[in-house]
Amino acid sequence: MGTYLTAFLVGGLICVIGQLLLDLTPLTPAHVLSGMVVAGAVLSGLGLYEPLVQFAGAGATVPISSFGDALVKGAVAEAERSGIIGVLTGMFKLTSSGITAAIVFGFFIALLFKPKG
Amino acid sequence: MTRHAELEKRQAEEKISEYKSIYGPKQPKPPLAKNLFYAFVVGGLICVLGQFIKNTFIRLGFTPEQAGNPTVAAIIFLGSLATGLGFFDNLARVAGAGTAVPVTGFANAITAAAMEFRREGLVLGVGGKMFSLAGSVIVFGVVAAFIVGLLYAL
Repeated sequence: MGTYLTAFLVGGLICVIGQLLLDLTPLTPAHVLSGMVVAGAVLSGLGLYEPLVQFAGAGATVPISSFGDALVKGAVAEAERSGIIGVLTGMFKLTSSGITAAIVFGFFIALLFKPKG
Repeated sequence: MTRHAELEKRQAEEKISEYKSIYGPKQPKPPLAKNLFYAFVVGGLICVLGQFIKNTFIRLGFTPEQAGNPTVAAIIFLGSLATGLGFFDNLARVAGAGTAVPVTGFANAITAAAMEFRREGLVLGVGGKMFSLAGSVIVFGVVAAFIVGLLYAL
């Protein structure tokens, strides 16, 4: 399920890919992150992301590319259970906790803290 | 009149190229190696922290599959809190993609937008603009996953 070492190496390397794209292309962070999510979804569809998760654990699940992977996994799992409508109903099944957490924490942090500068 | 404008334009361009020839070559190259190093180390360490949180959840009785969700939620909480406290920006300035690529970047984008637009009100500001930075990640992720899912289901 991934060791600290593989999590560090793989997670770090995914960030290096992001940094290379930021420094060597005119892409903005929003472009790079969107691209990584799409890449995660495509790799997931090709069956290549799960082996990476098995090898690197959090090194593959913490980078944002795992969001694309989790969207695909949720949609495909539900599609296998209930047919093609499952692509719609299962889409957020696995990513719900991340999105909910981001909205709720973001909301209350914005109430509690003032931006600096 | 147009000739005058053209002349002015050409003079301006000459000035710019002159400026470039003076200052261009002397500009320091972007410190690529340093950026890559910090992105690698900080991004890797955030993933190690994620692995630690995941292992902790597994020790508390979650299965490895179940532990993934609360781990991501915990990392998002830490990213939001660090944004609120103001030290996310300081770290991000050094780490670049090292903090942006892990889900901490997603949390930061949402929290920073919510804080930034707080002055425009709770509904139109915080509620309406919370996803102004992170929205594209969700949109492109969902569209890509929809297409992949359809190909799989058909």
